[in-house]
Amino acid sequence: MRGTLSDRMGAALLMAPLLLFLILAYAWPFLGVVKWSFTLPTPGLGQYHALLTDELVQSVFIRTLRIAAIVTVVSVTAAYAITVVWVRGSPVQRVLAEFCILVPFWISVLTRAFGWVALLSNRGLINTWLQSIGFISEPLTLVRNEFGVIVGMSHFLIPFAVFPLASAMRSLDERVLLAARGLGSSRMRTFWTVFVPMTRSGIIGSALITFVFSLGFFVTPAILGGGRSVMIAELIYLRIFQSPDWGLGAAISVVLVVFVGALMALLFRYVKPKQLV
Amino acid sequence: MQQPGRAAEIKANGIGKSFGSFRALDNLSLDIGRGEFLTLLGPSGSGKTTFLMILAGFVQPSEGKLFSDGVDITHRPAEQRAAGMVFQGYALFPHMSVEQNIAFPLKVRKKSASEIKQRVGEMVERVGLKGHEKKLPAQLSGGQQQRVALARALVFEPGVLLLDEPFSALDKSLRGQMQAEMKRLHQETGTTFVFVTHDQSEALALSSRVAIFNHGKLLQVGRPDEVYDRPANRFVAEFLGEINMLPVKGVKPADNGATGLCEDRAVNMRCKAEAIKGDAILAIRPEDMSIAAEASANQNGIAATAIASTYLGAATKLDLTTRQGAKVTVSVPNEVAASALSKGNSVWLTWPAEKGFLLPDGGQ
Repeated sequence: MRGTLSDRMGAALLMAPLLLFLILAYAWPFLGVVKWSFTLPTPGLGQYHALLTDELVQSVFIRTLRIAAIVTVVSVTAAYAITVVWVRGSPVQRVLAEFCILVPFWISVLTRAFGWVALLSNRGLINTWLQSIGFISEPLTLVRNEFGVIVGMSHFLIPFAVFPLASAMRSLDERVLLAARGLGSSRMRTFWTVFVPMTRSGIIGSALITFVFSLGFFVTPAILGGGRSVMIAELIYLRIFQSPDWGLGAAISVVLVVFVGALMALLFRYVKPKQLV
Repeated sequence: MQQPGRAAEIKANGIGKSFGSFRALDNLSLDIGRGEFLTLLGPSGSGKTTFLMILAGFVQPSEGKLFSDGVDITHRPAEQRAAGMVFQGYALFPHMSVEQNIAFPLKVRKKSASEIKQRVGEMVERVGLKGHEKKLPAQLSGGQQQRVALARALVFEPGVLLLDEPFSALDKSLRGQMQAEMKRLHQETGTTFVFVTHDQSEALALSSRVAIFNHGKLLQVGRPDEVYDRPANRFVAEFLGEINMLPVKGVKPADNGATGLCEDRAVNMRCKAEAIKGDAILAIRPEDMSIAAEASANQNGIAATAIASTYLGAATKLDLTTRQGAKVTVSVPNEVAASALSKGNSVWLTWPAEKGFLLPDGGQ
C-alpha cells in the first residue's frame, strides 16, 4: 500500500519524536563509541586486533553464545508449551496461561534476579528443602554459575518468546488438524508432524528474538553469575568502569551491535514484523 | 483396487445434537447403504454439516447411536473410525508436498515404504496429478488441490468417504469437471460416499439418494427423481427447484386421483389426496406447464397474462399472473414465449393431470 504524499508526510511527522529520541539517545552516542574503538588509546585497528587475540575476551564471547543458545532452546520450548495452552486450552486454562505470561512483565528484572538468588543459593529455599527431606546432604551449587544465569535469563525471556508463537498458532487452520485426525493420526502424531511444522515461522521468530535479547543481557548474569559467569555486556561494563580500557570496551560493543544487527536482518527475512506481536 | 464389500454400511439411530440452547440436529435416523452415494442437502445451518461431523467423529452427538457395519461407533474417536474426509477448503498439509500429503494416512498406518510408494503412485495417476508430485499445495490450482484432497482421503481405502462442500470454492466449469470425476471415483472405488452440499442441482446430479435437511430435521430421503417429483412437503419442493404453487379448493378423492377447483375451474390430479381434504396447494414444476391458445378438454388449464420473460438460450422463462393474482413461472420454447408476450392479453396455462402434486394448504 502506498499512501499519498500528504499521508506519508503525516506518518513521518507522527514517528518523528521517536526517531529523534532514538537518534539523540542511541545513534549519536553510539557513533562516539565507534570513534573510541578506533582512537583509544592510540588511533588504528589495535583494539580489534586485541579482540581477536585476547583469550579472556574470546572465552567471554564463546560463553555468551553458548548461554544464549541454551537459553533460547529452554525458553522457546517452555514458551511453546505455555502458548499451546494459551491459544488452544479451555477458557479457564487460557486465563491461567495469560496470567503466567503477563505477570512477569510487572516485576522488575532486578527483583526477579534477587528472587532467584533467594531460591537457588546454598541456604536458599530449594537447598534447605532438599536437605530437610534428606534428598541431599551438601547444598547444590545452583547459583553464581552458568546454571543460575540460564535459569534467570530463561525466566525473563519466556514471555517474549510467547508472542511470535501465539501469532503463528492463531493463524493455523483448524481444519488441517481435524483432517490429520480424520486420516487416522493420533493426537500426539498430529502435534509433531502437522502442528509443530505448521508453526515453524513462529518458532524461528521466537528463537531469534530470544537469542538476540540473550546476547545483551547484563543485570541477570551479573547477579546470578556472581562474577564467575561473565557475559559480554558485563565484560563491556568492566572494561569501561573498572579496568579502565575504554578502547577495548568500545570495540566489543561495536562487534556486538554489528552481530545483533545481522541477526535482526536475518529475523526479518524469515518473519514479518506483524507476526512478532 | 477395492472390493465393494469393504464399503461401510452406516446406521444413525435417533441422533440429536444441541449446542447450548441451539438445537442443531433433532432425532435423526438414517440408514446409509453399502457403496451408496448419499447427499446431505439443505440450507446453511440446517444440520447437514453437523451430521457429517458426527459421522466423522469430530462432534459427539448429544443423544442417539451410530453404527458402522452393525458395530456401535458412537463414542469411537475420529482417528479410529477410518473415514476418509474431504474438507471445505481442502485442509491440505501446507508444509508437505503432494506426494507426502497423499502418503500421510498410509504412514500413519505404518505401511511399508514400498507399498506407500506404489499406492501413492497409483492414486496420483488416478486423480491426474502426474508431474505435480513434488509441489507444495500453495503451488497448485484450486482444482488440483481438490484432487490432492480426494486422493489423500481415498488412498487408504476407507469404508466411507465424507465430503464437506468440496466444490464450493471452484468456478462453474471446473465444478462440472470435478463432479464427473467424483462420480467416476465412486464407481471405481465402490466406497460409500456421503456428500454435503447446499447446491440442489449438484445433489440431484451426483447422488444415488438425497437427504434433505432443514432446521436440524431430516425432512425426506429418496432417489433424486423421487424427492424432485414427489417431495414430502413444501420446503423440499421449493428447495429442489423452482415450483409454482396454485391454491386448489374443495379437494376430494376421485377415480385414480383427486379433483378440485383451481381459480374456479375444475382440475384433475393423478396424485393421491388421502391426507388432504378441502383446501390445498397444487405444486407444479415450470417445465411441466405449457402455454395454449385455448382450453382443451383433456388438460387442466387456467387463464393467465404473460408479464415478463427471461431468455435462457435453449428455452425462455415466462412469468405470468393468473386471473386471481397467483404468480406462475413456466419454461417454454422461445417462440411460444414471444407470441404469448406480444398478445398482451390472456393465454391458457395448461398442464397434464399426471404432473404436479398436492401439498396441505399453508403447510411447511
